[in-house]
Amino acid sequence: MKTAGIIIVLLAGALLLYATRDFPPWGALDSPASTHVSPRYLQKAMEETAVPNVVTAVLADYRGFDTMFETTVIFCAGIGCFILLRVFRQRPGDRYYRHIATEITLHIKGGRIPKKSSEFERIDALWTPYDLIIKTVCRILVPFIQLFALYVIAHGHHSPGGGFQGGVILGASVILLAISHNMRTAIDRFSEKTNNLLMAIGVFIYTGIGTVCILLGAGFLDYRSLSAVLFVDKIMARSHGIFGVEIGVGITVMAVMISIYNNLASAGKQDEGL
Amino acid sequence: MIWQLDLAILTLVIVTAVATIAVKDLLGCAILFGAYSFLMCLLWAIMAAVDVAFTEASVGAGVSTVFFVAAVFRTTRRTRD
Repeated sequence: MKTAGIIIVLLAGALLLYATRDFPPWGALDSPASTHVSPRYLQKAMEETAVPNVVTAVLADYRGFDTMFETTVIFCAGIGCFILLRVFRQRPGDRYYRHIATEITLHIKGGRIPKKSSEFERIDALWTPYDLIIKTVCRILVPFIQLFALYVIAHGHHSPGGGFQGGVILGASVILLAISHNMRTAIDRFSEKTNNLLMAIGVFIYTGIGTVCILLGAGFLDYRSLSAVLFVDKIMARSHGIFGVEIGVGITVMAVMISIYNNLASAGKQDEGL
Repeated sequence: MIWQLDLAILTLVIVTAVATIAVKDLLGCAILFGAYSFLMCLLWAIMAAVDVAFTEASVGAGVSTVFFVAAVFRTTRRTRD
């Protein structure tokens, strides 16, 4: 069976390599991709949308419908992981508490859950003493990572980046907090409820902007009509519309990344994890 | 495009791709896949597709590696076959 698999893979690979001979050479001017649509975008995108980064203009404006469903796909991935992994009814299992002053560990099996106190802290079953260097460095890094993520979202008009990348980096900053401390620290700061709400709010912002365009008398996601509410001309309205949409994408992607990580690392219990 | 650099990265892409499948240890597999994603990111950057490179670096090499490690954390260390 294994040899048959290898033969099939090699055959398919050879076929694919053979097919690449029909491809136009890299960056060829007369290839179908760069004869009709690409030159038009490259020439007109700046004067039509006032966005210097053509990739952002194409993604969020000319192909806005496409990006909307990409965001929905990510939202569905988050919901899928949530439904598959999340454990809703759980009995209070084994818990470990550490007395901070004397470093004595208590093991509590089921029954009543002790109240929160400043003398005891709850620790994971596989707890090892926190590394001071890792903890401090990560705590200092997190705000800078978040600032960079906001820059990536806001500066997507002028430089590479945008909602997807910025959202992933924002999510990664919270995941870094969960890895360097523990999962409860991250969930205390960014609760599951807020997170799941943000997943939906991001998609809502995107489709909401599209719907506002309809209400203002234009087509779905036709940002030109936003000039009536934003008090700018039609070209700048397209630029601002792209920005609003990118914010929606960023919020959804961030919340989905955090949700998937929390559910994966804690096997759906959202209390102990990596 | 510098062809020597291109050739070196392409070779490394193939090496990491094969190693990802061949390695038995799941954690090593996840890390090798992260390395593969990062090399792909370099390839995109060489081909001047900077937006794609940025996405590959943040999603492929960054967050998806973390997801794999988180999933490996919930399994036993080695496969049985």
